[in-house]
Amino acid sequence: MRYCRVVGPMWASVKHPAYAGRTLLVVQPLDEHGGDAGASFVAVDTAQAGVGDKVLVLTEGNGVRQILKAGDQVPIRSVIVGVVDHVEPA
Amino acid sequence: MYLGIVKGTVVAERKAAGLEGKKLLLVQPVDEHGSAVGDIQAAVDTVQAGDGDLVYLVGSREAALACDPWFVPVDAAIVGIVDGVEAGPKPRKATP
Repeated sequence: MRYCRVVGPMWASVKHPAYAGRTLLVVQPLDEHGGDAGASFVAVDTAQAGVGDKVLVLTEGNGVRQILKAGDQVPIRSVIVGVVDHVEPA
Repeated sequence: MYLGIVKGTVVAERKAAGLEGKKLLLVQPVDEHGSAVGDIQAAVDTVQAGDGDLVYLVGSREAALACDPWFVPVDAAIVGIVDGVEAGPKPRKATP
C-alpha cells in the first residue's frame, strides 16, 4: 500500500461501466515526513476521504477486487482503503 | 490508475490475435496539472477518446480486464475521459 495525500476530486462522465458511481480522487504519494514522493495517480475512494487527508492506497488489483466485491473482471487497480491519523517517522 | 493526454493514433495491421479490432492510442502520462510524467506509451481505448483528450488509464493486468473479451495482451487501457480535476494551485518551482 502507498501512503498518500488527497490532492482533489476528479470527474469523468464517459467511463468504463465498472467506474459508474465511484468517487475518483487524485492522490500524491508521500514519504514518512509528508513530503511528495513520486508521481500522483488516480484512486477510487472507499473511505470517504477528503481533500488534504492522508490516506492508505491499495495498488494491487486482486486485493481491490476482493474489497469492491464487483466480480472478477473489474479494471480498477488503486483504491483508498483508509484515512491515516498520523505517521511516526523513525 | 493515472492521468494521460492522447497524443495520436497507432495503426497496426499485423498484431497478436487478441488485439484485433482494438483501437490503440498513444498517450503521454501527466500529473494533475497536465505536466508530462514519464514516457509516452500505447494504450487500448475503451471509451472512444480522441486526440488531445485528458483521459485516465488503468495499467498492468487490470488493463486487460477493461477489454471485452478480457483475455488480451495489453498493459494499458484508457477507461475514462476526464471532465475536470480539482487540483489546487500549481506548485511554483524553486528558483536556484
